Order: sequence, then structure tokens, then C-alpha cells
Amino acid sequence: MTVWIERELCNGCKRCIQACPYGAIELEDGKARILERCTGCGACLAVCKQEAVKSDIRPREIPDFSDRSGVWVFAEQRGGVLHPVSLELLGKARELAEALGQEVAALLLGDGVGALAETLVRHGAEKVFLGEDPVLRDYRSLPYTDVIENLIEKHKPNVLLMGATHVGRDLAPRVSRRVGVGLTADCTELAIDPGERILLQTRPAFGGNVMATIANRFSRPQMATVRPGVMEAREIPENQGEVIPFPVELSENEAGTVVLEVVKEERQRVDLSQARVIVAGGRGVGDRAGFEVLEELAGLLGGVTAGTRVAVEEGWIGADRQVGQTGQSVRPELYIACGISGAIQHRAGMMNARYIVAVNKDPRAPIFQVADWGIVGDLRDVVPQMIEQLKSGALG
Amino acid sequence: MKIIVLVKQVPDTTEVQLDPKTGNLIREGIESIMNPDDRHAVEAAVGLKEMLQARVTAVSMGPPQAVDVLSEAIGMGVDEGILLSDRAFAGADTWATSTTLGRAVEVIGEYDLVICGRQAIDGDTAQIGPQVAEYLRIPHVSYVSGIESVEADAVVVRRRLEDGFERIRCSMPALLTVIGELNVPRYPHVGRLIDACREKAPIKVWNVADLGLKTAEVGLEGSLTHVVKTFAPKFQRRSEILQGDTRTVVSGLLDRLKEIRVI
Repeated sequence: MTVWIERELCNGCKRCIQACPYGAIELEDGKARILERCTGCGACLAVCKQEAVKSDIRPREIPDFSDRSGVWVFAEQRGGVLHPVSLELLGKARELAEALGQEVAALLLGDGVGALAETLVRHGAEKVFLGEDPVLRDYRSLPYTDVIENLIEKHKPNVLLMGATHVGRDLAPRVSRRVGVGLTADCTELAIDPGERILLQTRPAFGGNVMATIANRFSRPQMATVRPGVMEAREIPENQGEVIPFPVELSENEAGTVVLEVVKEERQRVDLSQARVIVAGGRGVGDRAGFEVLEELAGLLGGVTAGTRVAVEEGWIGADRQVGQTGQSVRPELYIACGISGAIQHRAGMMNARYIVAVNKDPRAPIFQVADWGIVGDLRDVVPQMIEQLKSGALG
Repeated sequence: MKIIVLVKQVPDTTEVQLDPKTGNLIREGIESIMNPDDRHAVEAAVGLKEMLQARVTAVSMGPPQAVDVLSEAIGMGVDEGILLSDRAFAGADTWATSTTLGRAVEVIGEYDLVICGRQAIDGDTAQIGPQVAEYLRIPHVSYVSGIESVEADAVVVRRRLEDGFERIRCSMPALLTVIGELNVPRYPHVGRLIDACREKAPIKVWNVADLGLKTAEVGLEGSLTHVVKTFAPKFQRRSEILQGDTRTVVSGLLDRLKEIRVI
């Protein structure tokens, strides 16, 4: 599609320039002009108050979804253990359902997992759809998709949320394509638009330092995945819920895959999501020895070390310590970012920290915009100085 | 055996910086690269080709300059490339993208395996692989960290989990999405790479008509999700830059941390 500016309507307000994620609009003689680098993404269309941004896209009619009701959460379990993200999603689902005046339901699939329903109810589920069958014992894309497709067709939910885990990120896209709906990955914020009553899904986007709010106006259920650790689980002991078992008719022959073996690896996995203090390093740390210094600082503060994608790719720190969009999301009391420029992929994983300290040589580094306290300087001087002052009794 | 590998050209986002005045992205000087996970997908395909005498086709959707990643894939040992390029593809969400890529695989026709990277670093959604598999109605395995064996009508792979891995037998044709742990990608062979950048390189360009799709099914128009607004993230932070020599700023910082009782 093509986007263009009606010059006589344009008043040069620059809203489109700010909205463009690709820097593809500039002001020329007081009027907006679209540059060749335009990808036709359409982000500028909505922001123009003058309706001067035009496109050849045909306006699409929004179907009637008034029969759609219910905020559903896929309750992920493996080996009979619920993933914490399922309870976090129920907390959020409860909020969304209240705004819509609809109810919260959980989907619990597996073999002999019925006892988990109680936990789901205690965390806000008003209904638990329980599907049990030997075919569902281990998570597999196709059987799980078949079951969820049938449930969606029968009960017509409005919203369906899944955790952005290795299971959720496998299942959600499969289900969305099967039932013909859009899907937004790794949302950091979910809310109901008070006017349109649709789900507003916010996530880092365009591979850059922008957040995008995404809507799914043309299909139901509105599907989104959310990273573990982003939302908060809430216990509601007085909540009443109904468990609804349903028959599962699946054939092993159509499953497509057979799980031959599940191997648990006793990796020394540091649970960053539980850490109170995190000292994190990025490109600026320079080498593995630099991380040993951060390790000493973390030890003095009763915390742990973490790293950016670059630090992990350079081999300075293990992949299980990566914070960010492709790593873990953390919410410590204190996050000390050393030599981290603060690309949005990293910030997506740490912006829920209570307090953020940034140490960076480059005063223009975006990390300073999200920091409570910033030190512009070489971390090779600053970090040892912190260690020295902490050791010399500053803690006392 | 026939293998189709899906690759994407992405901006090297590790270099991204913000304009301190406007809060906008500085895009000048950012290099375009083959998406890192996709490089492992190409390596997997070429590795299988060497073992099983497969024919490998690389497919990419993108603007004309995305032909570079196909040349690179051919340099690494892929036999031919197909670039899906059309203004109509622009602004696609994962629904419209999986329609386009899935349709391209259908048009190619014969295949045993489709291999792609788990996710692209410019979107990080990890949705395209499973959605293309569903479009094609074939089974898939995502987060593949090892390919153990290829049998007549099935492949045995390892799928990475948060706390270990699964060994899975998946019937073919199948789609695999792979992660970096799977292999070490080779560098392109210089001679092959130079040939792959010439005019007579085995690279075809297909547009929306070549795929037999309507423009309303692809790109922004064919998308089911739409961006309502974009904004630079704002934080309620103190944003205090401490001033002075190293000793002063550090003691100032520690004082503040004590004040809020974090240390």
C-alpha cells in the first residue's frame, strides 16, 4: 500500500513525524513529506488531526462481536506443576474482565491434572475448563490446538491470554492461525479501551526504542502472550469457581509428534526474577574479567549479576542471566546497569525495577532516561570505587 | 530430499540509539544483517544437504535490498533463492506474513522440511514459524536445539525447554524453528558469494500475483492486528545525574541508596 500527504490539508503539526517508527517523514516548506524509506506501515494515519495523511487502503468494516464474552487464560502445566505465569495472567484477566463486565475462565489441559483447578480458582478463575486425556499428557502443538479450537468455537470467548513461555510461544501462534485471529506477542501492558471496549496490547516494537499499542479489531478472540514476571498474581481466597470437565476426542495418529523423552537438566539456573538486587553489565563491561568485578559488587549488595544480549553473545556471562526481550523479565528493588546503552529490548526486561542506577561513559545513552540516578563515567573507575566505599564501612 | 529455509533481513538492533531531543530512533548508519536465528536455520539446511543430498531453497519476504540475505544464504551453500517483494507486502503483521510465506512454500510445492529461525531480532514474536506450519497444515517443532536423525518420513529433534529439553519424533513434511544452540553457522564461501551477487545468480523475485494472492490478503490490508499508536516509553524516574569526581558521585549514590533503604 502507499501513503501520501494532501499538502493543502497539512498544517505542519509534525505529529506524523513523531509517530513514524522509520523516520520516513520530514517537514519541507512547513508541510510533511513522505520519504522513500516509508514502509507503508500506516502508523502516521491515525495521528493526523487534519486527515491530511491518505492511503490507498480500503476502510474495513468491523464485524459484530457482541456475542463474544469472557476473558480466557491458558493455564500452562508441565508434569502436573502450574507455571507461575498462568496465575499472573489470571490477575490481569480479572482486571480486564471487570472492565468489560465479563467473566474469567482458565483452560486446564493434561492428564490427571484436575487438582490444579482449585489453585486457578483461588487466583481469580470463575470457570475452569478441564480437558483430560492421555494424548494431552505432554504438551504437543497439534492436540492442544485441536482442543482449544473446539472450545473457542463452542464458547466464543472475547479474549485469550497465554504466557510467553516455550509452550505458550509455540501454542499461541498455532491456535491463532487455526481459528483465524490476530496475535500480539510479549505484551508488557494490557488494558481495555473504555470507548471501543477492545483489548489494547502494548509491547516494544519496530526493533527500536518505541512502544506500540496494538489492537485486534477484526477477529475474536483477541489473543496476546505475556512474559513471565510482567504481571502480578493476586490471591482471592473468597473467589468461587466452577470446574467444567469436557470430553476430549483425540487420536494419537493425528498428533504429528511423539515426545520420546523429557530430560530435566540441573542447570545452575539463577532465578533472576526473585533477586532483590541485580548488577547488570553490557557491551561497556568489555570482557569476562569486567564481570568478575561486577560479581564482587553484587556480592557486597546481596545481589546477583546479569547481562544484556551482547554480553551473553560475547560469552562474558551465561545465557540464563540474560535480561531483556529475549532473556528474562526482572523486578528487583535495585537494578544497577553498568555499560548498558539501554536499547528497548533490554529495557523491556528491567523497567519494572523499583530503583534503577545507570553507569555509562556516554551521556547520550538512553539508559539514563529510565534511571533514577545516573553516573556519567568509566565503570572501570566507578565500580571499584563503589566496592571500596562499601567495604570501608559505608554499609555500617 | 527438499528443504525450504525461511530467512529475514533485519536491522542490526544492537547498535540502536535514541535521538536525545526527539526521542526518535536514529536509523542512519544501522547495518542490515541476516537475522541471527535464521543463520542457524541456513546452516541446518546446508548441513542436511551435505549428509542427505538435499536441494535447498531459501525464501525471504522483504524490500528489494533483502536480496542480500539470499545471496548470503547461497554463499553458505543454499541452491537457490526466492525473494517475495511487492509494495503490497508492506506493513504486514504475523498473520499476513505467514499467509505470504506459507503461500510461497505452497507454490514451490515439493518439500520435506521447512526450517526457519525461532524469531527475528526486530520483532521478537517467534510467531511466524508455527503460523506458517499451521497455514500448511503440517506439524512443527519450535526451539529446536538439536537434529538427531532424519528417517524416511520423520525427523527426531531436541526441543529446548526452560529447564531441560524434549526429544521429539515429528512426522514429515514438517516445519522446524531453530535456536542458536543448534549449530555454528559457516561463513559464506567467497567465490559462491560473489557469484550469488551477480545478475545471473539463481534468485527469483515473486510478487503478489506470482503467489496467486490478492492484495487484500497481504501486507497492512491483510493484517488482523494494527498499531493504534506508538510512543517513546516514559518512566516516572528521578533522572538525577550525579555530578563531581568519582569519589563524590559514588558516595552520593550510596547515600541515596541508604536513604531509600535498599542497602
